[in-house]
Amino acid sequence: MTKFIKRGYLVLVLLFLYVPIVVLILQSFNAGVSRAKWEGFSLKWYADLFQSPAITNALYITVTIALLASFFATIIGTAAAIGIHAMRRRPQAAMMTLTNIPMTMPDIVTGISLMLLFIFTRVQRGYVTMLLAHITFNIPYVILSVLPKLKQMNRHSYEAALDLGATPGYALRKVILPFVMPGVITGALLSFTLSLDDFTISYFTTSPLVQNLSTLIYSEARKGIKPTMNALSALMFVALLILLLAINRRATKAQETKTNGGTK
Amino acid sequence: MISMRFPPWAIGAMILGLAGFAVMVAANVRQNRGVKRSLFAYPYSLWMVVFTIIPLLLIAYYAFTDRSGQFTLENFRTFWDSNHEMNKQLAELGFDPAALGGARGTVNVDTLVYSLWMAFLCTVICLFLGYPAALFMADRQFRLGATLVILFIIPMWMNFLLRTIAWMSLLEDNGLINSILTALGLPRMQLMYNSQAVLLGMVYNYLPFMVFPVYNALSKQDYRLSEAAMDLGASPILTFWRVTMPLSLPGVISGITMVFMPSVTTFFIPRVLGGGNTEMFGDLIERTFLSADNWNVGSALSLIMMVLILMSLTLLRKVDPEGEGGSTI
Repeated sequence: MTKFIKRGYLVLVLLFLYVPIVVLILQSFNAGVSRAKWEGFSLKWYADLFQSPAITNALYITVTIALLASFFATIIGTAAAIGIHAMRRRPQAAMMTLTNIPMTMPDIVTGISLMLLFIFTRVQRGYVTMLLAHITFNIPYVILSVLPKLKQMNRHSYEAALDLGATPGYALRKVILPFVMPGVITGALLSFTLSLDDFTISYFTTSPLVQNLSTLIYSEARKGIKPTMNALSALMFVALLILLLAINRRATKAQETKTNGGTK
Repeated sequence: MISMRFPPWAIGAMILGLAGFAVMVAANVRQNRGVKRSLFAYPYSLWMVVFTIIPLLLIAYYAFTDRSGQFTLENFRTFWDSNHEMNKQLAELGFDPAALGGARGTVNVDTLVYSLWMAFLCTVICLFLGYPAALFMADRQFRLGATLVILFIIPMWMNFLLRTIAWMSLLEDNGLINSILTALGLPRMQLMYNSQAVLLGMVYNYLPFMVFPVYNALSKQDYRLSEAAMDLGASPILTFWRVTMPLSLPGVISGITMVFMPSVTTFFIPRVLGGGNTEMFGDLIERTFLSADNWNVGSALSLIMMVLILMSLTLLRKVDPEGEGGSTI
């Protein structure tokens, strides 16, 4: 009996979480405009999506920003992680505090503070400022994906490479980088996803003329939802879901090799 | 598409930073036939100073200055009295604000109080909804627990815009719920455009943030402790009350933090699900910046919010110094 109540409760809470998402996805396949009546299956709204110049443009901006931001954030973040790892304790602690600041700040504060920076320096907000903002909020996540890998590494392997005559640059390329590569890739994927997903920070750091998918959805939602927005939301949800499942897969796999004592 | 106008001093600062880096690298290369690895963090620190530290300082700068850049506390007075600027202008024009009914405008303070109240309600509801869910999933006899937790996390990954829009299509006047009601012959209900709808949206968005840390704390617990309590004659309720629950408190506290913080700064949700009179502090800040174009007052409001958040963070850290619940996502 109690078992039944417990499971029933969990099912109810999960229904609460999933019903809106499922309804949204179903509606995107509804042939009619009405949101309440099912008028047959159709892919019409998905076709409409790719014919709207505003949406394809926003899609282009979202994807290029996510690619560029994750690329730069991964380079800066990986270098930073290697640097922080090699530091002595005090500066290391200072750098970690610095890394944690943007992660504890609410998005709206990060967005506003960056907007003020661009206002103050009289830089016109648009594509480049959004990119800079995205790189900024991505770097800490890269660092936090790479650092654990560095900590796992045997510190003597780098020294051994130097003793065997490798230059520091060569040892870095042949010893450190291959070892931390899984962390680097996880960091890059995570940045890409966060960048695709971000609304608040983009909203404050771009102009109304340069919109990514999130800010476009925002401005459309205020006018009332069109069925194309459902289709767009469903697509974004599925894309994010796939990306995050991939990241999670990587993380659990890394965990498994660690617990099996497998090193490589 | 790309048009930027950097003032000369900004370019100068950039060149200076890069030059400093070059000098440091050069000095290091000569000393020990290679670059010191700690230098690799230099571009990052430079980046963080420019794009995190300086912007945060700018909030403080704008909050304490007026439009001409003079030091002032007027922005905080505007927070306290939203009619302050208008009354001052009236007085300058020779009118007597008091005679014109220029009472204190309480809209800013009211919005803050309303936001704190809504965030508090949202946290309480999430706790009461989420704790049992976490408890049932952490049950050792329940083998599906670990799988279900992932199901709880998945909606957390979804953009909050999308989640809120999903609710919108359920709650609308001719949305799904109302059509079901009509089909059953029941009268339609006004479900959107009130505080309850906003609260629902917030709970929906932040519930997973509560479930996850509580589940973590509960499932890490040594089950032998509660077994021992039972063996010693405690009833299941007493065992829960004296053993299981106190041991899960770190998780609860980190859950409270993770729900309360974003709830206070919520924006967009009230605008979409609530009507005109459910504005929250996040929306107020956004409106002050982007609609009223008043960066100084907007910064003062942001600063007040940041101070509030830092205060509650330190308070919660004191209760849970090790951060055991872990803010893992």
